[in-house]
Amino acid sequence: MKGTIENRDSFLEKIADKLKRTPGEAPEKPVWTYTPQNKVYQNYSEDQLLAMMKEACAPIHTKLFETNSEQLGVQLDQLIAEYGGGSIIATNDLRFHTFGLDEILKKNNVAVWDYKEGHKAIERATHANIGLSICDVMLAESATAGLFNDQDKARSVSLLPVTSIVIVPKSSIVPRMTQAMQRVEERVQKGETISSYINFISGPSNSADIEMKLVVGVHGPVKVAYLVVADR
Amino acid sequence: MPMKVGNLPFFEGVDEAIHDSFMVNAVSSAQDGLRDRKISATVGDKALGDWEDWRSAGEEIRSHTLNNLDYYLKQLSDNFAARGGHVYFAETAEEARNYIKKVCKEKNAKHVVKAKSMVTEEISLNEALESEGCEVLETDLAEFILQVDHDQPSHIVVPSVHKNRQQIRDAFKKLGYEGSDDPKELAGFARKTLRKKFLEADVGITGCNFAIADSGSICLVTNEGNANMVTAFPETQITVMGMERIVPSWKEMDVVVSLLCRSSVGQKLTTYVTDITPEPDQKAVDSPKDYHLVIVDAGRSNALGTEFQPALHCIRCAACINVCPVYRHIGGHAYGSIYPGPIGAVLSPILGGYEQYGKLPYASSLCAACTEACPVKIPLHKLLIRHRQKYVEGGGHPPVMEKVAMKGFGIGASSPKLFKIGIKSAPIMLKPLVHHGSITKGPGPLKPWTHGRDLPAPSKENFRKWFKNHKHQETTAIQDKGTGESL
Repeated sequence: MKGTIENRDSFLEKIADKLKRTPGEAPEKPVWTYTPQNKVYQNYSEDQLLAMMKEACAPIHTKLFETNSEQLGVQLDQLIAEYGGGSIIATNDLRFHTFGLDEILKKNNVAVWDYKEGHKAIERATHANIGLSICDVMLAESATAGLFNDQDKARSVSLLPVTSIVIVPKSSIVPRMTQAMQRVEERVQKGETISSYINFISGPSNSADIEMKLVVGVHGPVKVAYLVVADR
Repeated sequence: MPMKVGNLPFFEGVDEAIHDSFMVNAVSSAQDGLRDRKISATVGDKALGDWEDWRSAGEEIRSHTLNNLDYYLKQLSDNFAARGGHVYFAETAEEARNYIKKVCKEKNAKHVVKAKSMVTEEISLNEALESEGCEVLETDLAEFILQVDHDQPSHIVVPSVHKNRQQIRDAFKKLGYEGSDDPKELAGFARKTLRKKFLEADVGITGCNFAIADSGSICLVTNEGNANMVTAFPETQITVMGMERIVPSWKEMDVVVSLLCRSSVGQKLTTYVTDITPEPDQKAVDSPKDYHLVIVDAGRSNALGTEFQPALHCIRCAACINVCPVYRHIGGHAYGSIYPGPIGAVLSPILGGYEQYGKLPYASSLCAACTEACPVKIPLHKLLIRHRQKYVEGGGHPPVMEKVAMKGFGIGASSPKLFKIGIKSAPIMLKPLVHHGSITKGPGPLKPWTHGRDLPAPSKENFRKWFKNHKHQETTAIQDKGTGESL
């Protein structure tokens, strides 16, 4: 379905007139003089990036756990217990299967997000104690989990439950937002469809709106944990 | 709430504000905290390299985008519509309100949830929707507090900075709150109250930190998670953006988001940086089925092609507000505009005219701390001076006395004879007002000065005379010294 555009011509003509331009004419593609973002954290190894990510976790009130692909199931099981178990929901992400986690999800009665359930799926996430997601890109500088959400990898899973546990494949760690944006921009340039909800999350929701005192856990999750898995 | 805050004229608002000791203390402590955090995350973060390069990058991106704004808005709207979204260009606040009212009416919307947005405040959207019978709920914690207490924002990043926890507890009592004034408990109450409202809302409304032209996406930068709720559960979503809040591509978005998060709250990134692109055809149940983008001019084009165009580069980080010595003493409400501080004093006259906001550019010591703090290098203090010049030249119908005084000064200063007479007569003319060597109660234009401090009485000896005598004495002394040495 294509959307609509109203009132555009006169609006843009007025702007172009003030800027002394022909309305809508493409400018020369800018070549930026300053690109400091490309120079930071150059040539960091995977381990250096992980070290940077660990350091960035403390200020955002997020716990980081490490494991390897063999121990992932056991570690996840322990983590679920540590955060109180109870009602759990996971995104519908094939990677849970690829990582060999089917058994653990079953053992913990984890509900897998199913958009066909309609509003019931949202209700389920609202009442869940834990939401399980897998990170698409991790920004080491700020310990930010990048999630490319869609109908199956639902945004509700990392938003509504009390605790959000995010599995972070070590191979998904990049220095900072710059590399993630380059990845999205490449898709845009190729004319590929980008996810309708690209969500970068750095820890639990928080606010300092009352007397500048930090309160952790406002509308989104109250606790966030990362489980980094050495996947290669 | 419209752009205008309160009903007091500027200087009366200032008088009221400086006597509100809680507010003054709260504002100065917030300023200190935010400024320190900004310094640590910018010039203090050595891993970033030279912060000045980041500022220059920001300036370059914003300047290029604004210089070609029509192109990028066309590209944005084409891409947004290609993904199934609906775009409406509103030249005025009224057009924007009417369009949003129409959408809400078509959807038979009764419950609207909003994430914090300055532009929707600016166009008085809440009142417009409420007049149509909609319940409009602010969901950002600070905005929620202000809405419950019928109060107004005083800072663009921390809107309730002027309120203390006891006031907030008392406001929440109106909603049945029985707990303490502990910020955690108060926030918990807001979480519980708002959670069900998110899920039952018909329409979600947000502002826009940045639109990304080449993909038709909207970026929201938040900490609380309320904007994510607002953009997930209501069937209809409306994003309202000031027309200048746009970048060419995701690569530039990286730079401006870094500048914003670090300069506003000293975070490397805020908790949520969320990029939304319409996709109404997808099967997701936690995604809007109908997505509208309202692009608002409402006076912004007044700055295009003029010396004030850089004011539109603003990314609303409030770094200028957090270093302003005037804001520190008068807080946000005294400005009488939802945009306070140095950027407010530059922007408000552009959007609302000199008649209403012509006095605001005087709310500055011209120390240029704002210009230095700005992450996209807006020359704020220079723009404040230009506003003052234009105001006095007649842009805002300044008071007759001020106009006459300026005209008189112009005539006097253009003739050496008249200037000399003026200088000589000043001590005589002002003599009746002088007590113990200073003027404590000045009339007319001297009044605001002498209200806060004494004005030294004009000296009988003017500077030129003093300089001549001084030089004469110095020359004589050197000659004497020289003579001594030769001996």
